[in-house]
Amino acid sequence: MIHARNLPFVTTLAIFVIAYGLCVLQFPNMLSTRVIGNLLTDNAFLGIAAVGMTFVILSGGIDLSVGSVIAFTSVFVAVMVGSFGVHPLTAFLAALVISTLFGCLMGAMIRYLLIPPFVVTLAGMFLARGAAYLVSTQSVPITHEFIDTMLGFYIRFPGGGRLTLLAMVMLVVFAVGIVVASRTRFGANVYAIGGNLQSAELMGVPVGATTIRIYALSGFLSGLAGIVYTLYTSSGYSLATVGVELDAIAAVVIGGTLLTGGVGLIAGTFVGILLQGLIQTYIVFDGTLSSWWTKIVIGILLFVFIVLQRTIIWYSDRRLAVRQLKEV
Amino acid sequence: MKKALVAAAAAAIFASLASGVSAQSLTVGFSQIGSESGWRAAETTVTKQEAEKRGVTLKFADAQQKQENQIKAIRGFIAQGVDAILIAPVVATGWDAVLKEAKEENIPVILLDREIESPKDLYLTAVTSDQVFEGKVAGEWLAKDVGSKDCKVVELQGTTGSSPAINRKKGFEEGIAAASNIKIVRSQTGDFTRTKGKEVMESFIKAEGGGKDICAVYAHNDDMAVGAIQAIKEAGLKPGTDIKIVSIDAVPDIFQAMAKGEANATVELTPNMAGPAFDALEAYLKDKKEPPKWIQTESKLYTAADDPMKVYEAKKGLGY
Repeated sequence: MIHARNLPFVTTLAIFVIAYGLCVLQFPNMLSTRVIGNLLTDNAFLGIAAVGMTFVILSGGIDLSVGSVIAFTSVFVAVMVGSFGVHPLTAFLAALVISTLFGCLMGAMIRYLLIPPFVVTLAGMFLARGAAYLVSTQSVPITHEFIDTMLGFYIRFPGGGRLTLLAMVMLVVFAVGIVVASRTRFGANVYAIGGNLQSAELMGVPVGATTIRIYALSGFLSGLAGIVYTLYTSSGYSLATVGVELDAIAAVVIGGTLLTGGVGLIAGTFVGILLQGLIQTYIVFDGTLSSWWTKIVIGILLFVFIVLQRTIIWYSDRRLAVRQLKEV
Repeated sequence: MKKALVAAAAAAIFASLASGVSAQSLTVGFSQIGSESGWRAAETTVTKQEAEKRGVTLKFADAQQKQENQIKAIRGFIAQGVDAILIAPVVATGWDAVLKEAKEENIPVILLDREIESPKDLYLTAVTSDQVFEGKVAGEWLAKDVGSKDCKVVELQGTTGSSPAINRKKGFEEGIAAASNIKIVRSQTGDFTRTKGKEVMESFIKAEGGGKDICAVYAHNDDMAVGAIQAIKEAGLKPGTDIKIVSIDAVPDIFQAMAKGEANATVELTPNMAGPAFDALEAYLKDKKEPPKWIQTESKLYTAADDPMKVYEAKKGLGY
């Protein structure tokens, strides 16, 4: 018996499997290791950012700064490596420290100044985008031996597909995310805060520290996504990844996480990402559809899932009420 | 799990059979930047027409101005096993990795309209216009048209610092270099837009004694020229006769103006980049003939003598 709370996740998984099946029926080439490798590599940066976003949304918050932080990181790394000759690893480390501190700061403002996350991270979005422009308005190429080695590292599947380092990073982030969310105290605290802030506080959940950690985690993962994006395009560009936070939110919601917080799975987000990637791949394979159909289908899926979630909540509330009535 | 593997193997065999059958007709993927301008839309339309004319199956992907979408599309084309890929790149950097993948699969890549900063062996050729040459054609036309009369030219530049603005300015100056009677007296940016073109032209007219002293306007694109025509009319002068208008791009609207005698000449930035690209590709696939790394498109000059209304009719359906 599937628990009602996991129903959105199971639905998404079913939709993904059926959709993939239908795609393969039309284009047999889509069932190749190459397409699967592409799905993982092309969506690596989005997936990493979406893990951070899942934690934020599970806690009942939102982080709109993700896309800008990715762009900032990519420009920052590109300029550090390309113009100043810093070793990529040093640049990566510096970028991660900056993005994590940036997340910390936003978390602290949300908690201690009691400003809604939407407002704080909106400001963060403009700030990070502005900072990216300040670093460079041009697209900055990176060429470094170390980066070439990183990009050259991949596991080849039979059939020509490849599991790149970028895809591996994303898979590791998802694996760690799943463990953290389901097996650690921090994960439990996130669910508790998202479920009901007052009762979490009454139960002695360290709300302040957890909130700051959630946004720091999202900042860190946005920074990591930025590094992956930099490697993906071997360049940094301040205009890049506009609106990626919305794609991440869409993946999280399609993956079955409740936008109001408290319910959801990191694994669901993974399926959400794959589903988005699948739609894009299908449109490229078809080659005649307008690529804006991606947005339309995502929009429809979002509507369906929000309605589904609402129905589940309504249904379980009613069941609860009926049971209470019986006990009386 | 076993069943899935069997299914996968069956699908792979089926796929290889399918690709073997369709070997005669080409399948080409085209990753377009987006549809941000009329010219871009026309390029898409013309590319589709050229493909249809040659019996090429075109897989079209609009990247909505995002490089990540273009990279995804190119990877998708590779996974599909297309015969060639056309790209109109959104930025100049960041293509090495994905182009290497295409090269490993022996899929030739042709760049349209813009060049990139990648090793030249990663793509077959680039089909672009020569922006300096466009300016030169415009300048030479003016030099020929005014003859030995003194001529004060005002210039409406494109967006400051953009490569078309720099190159079209340089080319025009080269074109009039031999004619000492032609002088650029004023030059300002009109940002490639109609409204800015009109504003800047109004200030030029005020600054040059009500416009009587201006002999010609050189605009870096047709939109600014259309704005300038408006400003000249409002100042009580006749565009095309009192002040000559020469510009670049050849969008449909300028032909309407030309038909009315309000514009004199335009140099075409052809939306047909795909035609030469398909020609090069067919030659390459048939005889392994390596094309030059750069194919320059024709920069054709249009004047009132070229039946502007007919050109307008031909161009207006292209999506400009």
